[in-house]
Amino acid sequence: MLNFLTKNIFLFDPLSLFFLAVIFIVSLPSLIYSFNYLQGEYPAVKIMLAQVLLFAFVLSMALVVSVNNCLIFLIFWELMSLVSYFLVVFDTKNVKSIQAGLIYIVMTHIGTAFIIAAFMILHNHAHSFDFFAIKNACQLMPSQTKNIVFLLFLIGFGTKAGIVPLHIWLPYAHPQAPSHISSIMSGVMIKTAIYGIIRFVMFILGVNSSWWGTLVLILAIISCLVGVIYALMEHDIKRLLAYHSVENIGIILLGVGLSMFFISLNLSYLAVFSLIAGLYHLINHAIFKGLLFLCAGSVYKATGTRDIEKLGGLIKKMPQTAAYFLIGAMAISALPPLNGFVSEWLTLQAFFLGASNVIGGNKLFLGLCAAMLALTSGLAAACFVKAFGITFLARPRSHYAESAKEVALSMRIGMLILAILIIIFGLAAALVIKLLAKVSGSALGIDISSMSFSLNNFTLSPQIAKSTYLSTPVLALWLIVFGIIGFVIYRIFGRGKSVIYKTWDCGYYKLDSRNEYTATAFSKPFRVAFSFFLLPYRKTQKIRESFYHIKSFSYETHTTKVFKKYIYDPVLVMVFKTAKSMRRIQPGSIHLYLGYIFITLLLLIIFMGQF
Amino acid sequence: MMIILQIILFIASAPLLSGLITKIKNNLRMRKGQSVLQPYYNLAKLFSKDEVISETASWIFRVTPFVVLSSVLVAAMLIPVFIFVSPAHKIGDFLVLVFIFALGRFFLALSALDTASSFGGMGASREMFISSLVEPALCLVILAVSLQFGSTDISAFSGVHTITVSSVVAALALLLITLAETSRIPVDNQETHLELTMVHEAMVLEYSGRSLALIEVASYIKQLIFFFLIAQIIFPIGLLSGNLTQIIFWFLWYLVRLGIIAIIVALVEVSVAKMRLFRVADFLGFAFVLGIVATVCAILGV
Repeated sequence: MLNFLTKNIFLFDPLSLFFLAVIFIVSLPSLIYSFNYLQGEYPAVKIMLAQVLLFAFVLSMALVVSVNNCLIFLIFWELMSLVSYFLVVFDTKNVKSIQAGLIYIVMTHIGTAFIIAAFMILHNHAHSFDFFAIKNACQLMPSQTKNIVFLLFLIGFGTKAGIVPLHIWLPYAHPQAPSHISSIMSGVMIKTAIYGIIRFVMFILGVNSSWWGTLVLILAIISCLVGVIYALMEHDIKRLLAYHSVENIGIILLGVGLSMFFISLNLSYLAVFSLIAGLYHLINHAIFKGLLFLCAGSVYKATGTRDIEKLGGLIKKMPQTAAYFLIGAMAISALPPLNGFVSEWLTLQAFFLGASNVIGGNKLFLGLCAAMLALTSGLAAACFVKAFGITFLARPRSHYAESAKEVALSMRIGMLILAILIIIFGLAAALVIKLLAKVSGSALGIDISSMSFSLNNFTLSPQIAKSTYLSTPVLALWLIVFGIIGFVIYRIFGRGKSVIYKTWDCGYYKLDSRNEYTATAFSKPFRVAFSFFLLPYRKTQKIRESFYHIKSFSYETHTTKVFKKYIYDPVLVMVFKTAKSMRRIQPGSIHLYLGYIFITLLLLIIFMGQF
Repeated sequence: MMIILQIILFIASAPLLSGLITKIKNNLRMRKGQSVLQPYYNLAKLFSKDEVISETASWIFRVTPFVVLSSVLVAAMLIPVFIFVSPAHKIGDFLVLVFIFALGRFFLALSALDTASSFGGMGASREMFISSLVEPALCLVILAVSLQFGSTDISAFSGVHTITVSSVVAALALLLITLAETSRIPVDNQETHLELTMVHEAMVLEYSGRSLALIEVASYIKQLIFFFLIAQIIFPIGLLSGNLTQIIFWFLWYLVRLGIIAIIVALVEVSVAKMRLFRVADFLGFAFVLGIVATVCAILGV
């Protein structure tokens, strides 16, 4: 079993190289960002520790995606989880960090347990941990076993990816880490789980039946909607971004699940195309979520708070951070011509292409999935209007925001690199797709030399020779040209002058930041519309001086975390109950314990004799 | 060349549509009403007025009118009105249209928050709420249409084709969506300036003068685009050949179609009351269901 020490343990196929690229694209700007970010936050020794952990973290992720052996994969997977745990609890003085770390480590190990179980079943069949040996053995595997292995992988990797309802750790753990680590965790680490799904389910195991794809699609849609709806309710800027990771993992899994769905139907072109869409969104999400977390970190560093209700007006104090956040927000809201738009358009197009190529009820199923994706993208746009508008625009809502200053150079450089990448990945879409086609083809084991992938020529049905096109550079060009034309009209035809004056206040003349719209108010329509899921409740308290005069009034509103309350809390209660009843056989008498050992020994001897 | 002509024609004729709807509404209410050309007078007036910019506003507030205008103009370029295949159709398709409108809306909502006025915030919140509920219905309409015509490209369904059940239902769904997107009754009310009921008007409350004029032009053009799409789905006919009589005939037919939809919208506006915000969810849910029906019809081939 230890022969891997002498053998080549690395695998650099296009899929691995793609994930390596994703890891380094986000990690390098985060590293640059960390120099000034950590300065002054922690003592010098701790900063050194943080950098060592960062390197270990990035290295472990890089190794996870580039080994060719399940056992070594598991070792690095575990290393990645442990190092990231240490980074989550890095702020040791903060009780919240310790709690978040505990939830994280428990959930991630539950996931790992499922992955280990799956590997054991695979090893039982293949008698090897080597990827290719298992891949060969999988062709002869009974489909019942395959189904079980698939479910084990889905739960195991799904926990790490944060798909609903296994997402519970994500909004706790990601915000608690230092911001550049959050950016790597949200941007990259959860993507290693997607790597796991593509590598082990699609590449090694091979898609077996069509319900795999359907199941992944349904889970993905639920993740999208739950993620974005919780994000809308969230006012902690980093936790808001963490919930958006749940949503975006859902969008990535839509591409992946759709690809599985098409493989089972033998639609190989569409399978490759859907995986391209998924992978494109994966790298896009890594970039814009990385950027957004870095911006959130800058806001936190400059103001000392993550509560957006206390912020506001930062666009004037931190113009560069605001501009970067705006680019990230536009990208995640899928606004043209940035990168998020391209990948969401591709995913929608994949659904549409699928809907016209499959038969019967599947058409409607894919159509409804596409509609839910459209809803998600609308809600995400609303959420980022809130996140950007409340944080950066209008008047400062507290002294935290008033005293903010633009962050130091290395932080700005880190953000700038990612912002530029967002624009590049938006405009050079045609090129990126050609590269991703190779990755996608090799991951699925489909020969793509006879297929052509570009942003042109999407024909839904071959009978009618009408194709669809998308060209982001030309789109961007026309947007700029028309913007300039608008400006020229504005300058030439407008004769009046511009006056700077107070915002209209109904003649009240005392408008201050307390009159501004808040994030809670902004999300109110959504809270009401989705009340069947969010189960909001509010507390109002009136303190009266007399019957007629109210001295003070307080209003609080919360939403119920359905999954925590109805799934995780009951399970936790049950675990504690079981533990309590188990304590009865552990009264502390050494004689009894010796008796246990003896009985165990006896049972084992009988067991060995029997088999 | 044709594109430039189309854009100019769009800008020039879009306010007329709004004027026409207002005129029809007024006549239905037994009023004499303002002139059909009133929107043009308003625009001319706005261009000559001074502009007040809020002191809390940042550069977002200043660039928004240009972003909004340029996004609808790109959208106007994508759809083939006077030409069978828009030369610009290689830029994007029906889906891109949705995302481009989202771009303008995103900035408009941000600029509403930018002025630190609660009206702006209220408008932004409601607009984003309504628009996010519009998206799934719109997506299904696009699916239903593209399943029939084989492509999400807009030129695919601008040619001659037969009217099917699916396209009628899709057009109906699109009509409901249009009422929401162009801020008309029962979703919003363009005429009101009562602070608590307005949505779109609340967002642009702080704009004045030239900037307001640009935003108004943009919303007229957006309305024209939506009307055109409905007309194209339900009364399909495209320009077949380039001879003069056909162009004239087609242009007249184009005006008639827009007129019919204007009458329908005006009738809806005078005959129903504005809904509470939270009932808009039901209204758009109905559009979503119509979208499903249209998709099912398209799948069944009727």
